[in-house]
Amino acid sequence: MTSVVQTAQSTRFVCRSYMAVVLVPEPPIVEWVAELEQKIKDAGHFLAASPVVLDLSAVKLSKSAITHLVAELNHRGVRVMGLENTDPAATGEGLPPLVRSSRGVTTNLGAPETPVSQPRPRPATLLLDKPIRSGQSIFFPDGDVTVLGSVSSGAEIVAGGSIHIYGALRGRAMAGSSGNAQARIFCSKIEAELLAIDGYYMTADSLDQGLRDRAVQAWLEGNELKITALE
Amino acid sequence: MAKVVVVTSGKGGVGKTTSTAALGAALAQIGQNVVIVDFDVGLRNLDLVMGAERRVVYDFINVTQGVAKLSQALIRDKRLDKLALLPASQTRDKDALTEDGVLSVITALRKMFDWVICDSPAGIERGATLAMRFADEAIVVTNPEVSSVRDSDRIIGILDAKTVRAERGERVGKHLLITRYDQVRAARGEMLTIDDVLEILSTPLLGIVPESEQVLRASNLGSPVTLSNPGSGPARAYFDAARRLMGEDIEMTIPTEKQSLLGKLFGRRAA
Repeated sequence: MTSVVQTAQSTRFVCRSYMAVVLVPEPPIVEWVAELEQKIKDAGHFLAASPVVLDLSAVKLSKSAITHLVAELNHRGVRVMGLENTDPAATGEGLPPLVRSSRGVTTNLGAPETPVSQPRPRPATLLLDKPIRSGQSIFFPDGDVTVLGSVSSGAEIVAGGSIHIYGALRGRAMAGSSGNAQARIFCSKIEAELLAIDGYYMTADSLDQGLRDRAVQAWLEGNELKITALE
Repeated sequence: MAKVVVVTSGKGGVGKTTSTAALGAALAQIGQNVVIVDFDVGLRNLDLVMGAERRVVYDFINVTQGVAKLSQALIRDKRLDKLALLPASQTRDKDALTEDGVLSVITALRKMFDWVICDSPAGIERGATLAMRFADEAIVVTNPEVSSVRDSDRIIGILDAKTVRAERGERVGKHLLITRYDQVRAARGEMLTIDDVLEILSTPLLGIVPESEQVLRASNLGSPVTLSNPGSGPARAYFDAARRLMGEDIEMTIPTEKQSLLGKLFGRRAA
């Protein structure tokens, strides 16, 4: 789960990941709620204490039905912080926001002793061997992103770790997005629209013109984004 | 084995329809069996550029809805017996196109022709995505200016994501056709250079069509430039592009109007 916090003074965007319990309602809903109620009676402590995300992929519910379901769960002490895998039109005012997880996580109600699924070991680097085209958005909160081609104007890369681009960077690169001030951005030719590390950003206008088209790296020093030529 | 080619760009007004007509005619003049299909439902233009507007009875949508047979909707070109046109509907909009309907028409056309050339509408919405949906290859038409190049880049990304071939994990062959190239303005630095465009789009070049009055005149005459003025610069650029599309290895040049400038080779080949 990712939250975006914006403070008025510095327009600094911070993304953070949180653990949440994912519940997957299945039809018939009435029986599912009854079963859940029984589970809460047996081992309710974790559900009462945890933020919960409702994965609605197995059911097709209207906005009023979702509102009703969230109220029913709330009544049973289950607080829903987000909805997943449903039509954006079926959400909105009065309902928790839509969230998007980077991987499928389900909590097996039959095994309450492992309520939160253990994070599986995943590769810490995402390797992309094709150019990133305008309009494409790469979101990899788990580690570094390496791009062998160029990143076009209008494309963006958001990485939890560092970003390495072996072609030209013409779009946006946001490194350290999940709060990693050590993350860096490397590219072999900079024509970037925007650079950001851990929420501190720099637009094309503030980029030193002497560095344009050169190989550079960017890093964070205190609250300042630094950029220098490589070579 | 028939090839389905989509002519697309993202941006409007860069020369998709003109290029579809000229390349379709060039392929037919070389002896290939060609059909050009207008996907711009609601803003039909290809019939005008082909000079067939008075002969349209049934259209693409009529065929997908079973109102007419494909053979009734196809218009044989009067000048080239190997060239046919499937017009779009002018009275409907893009929502009238369905994926199943497009698939059935494309499948039938594959059996009848060597080349099925789909003229995509501008944009990245339903009409454009359905035009590319079943394509084997794509011709991305780009003008040497920044907005056109960025939109082409976007379209290339969509070609790699939303076509049937891409979803199967296969490749959609992509070719870049640079149109409205003005050598004088490029030399003055008022346009992106060919190298700039190729570097940004990293897609093999199919051809460079010079900016020319001949193209505008041809469109207004209702005759593709390869038919109305086959010796002109743009016509020769389209003939070369058609031959490259067929797999021939032809040196990349920017054909100009005067024969004396023909030698201006462009030290670059289609990759």
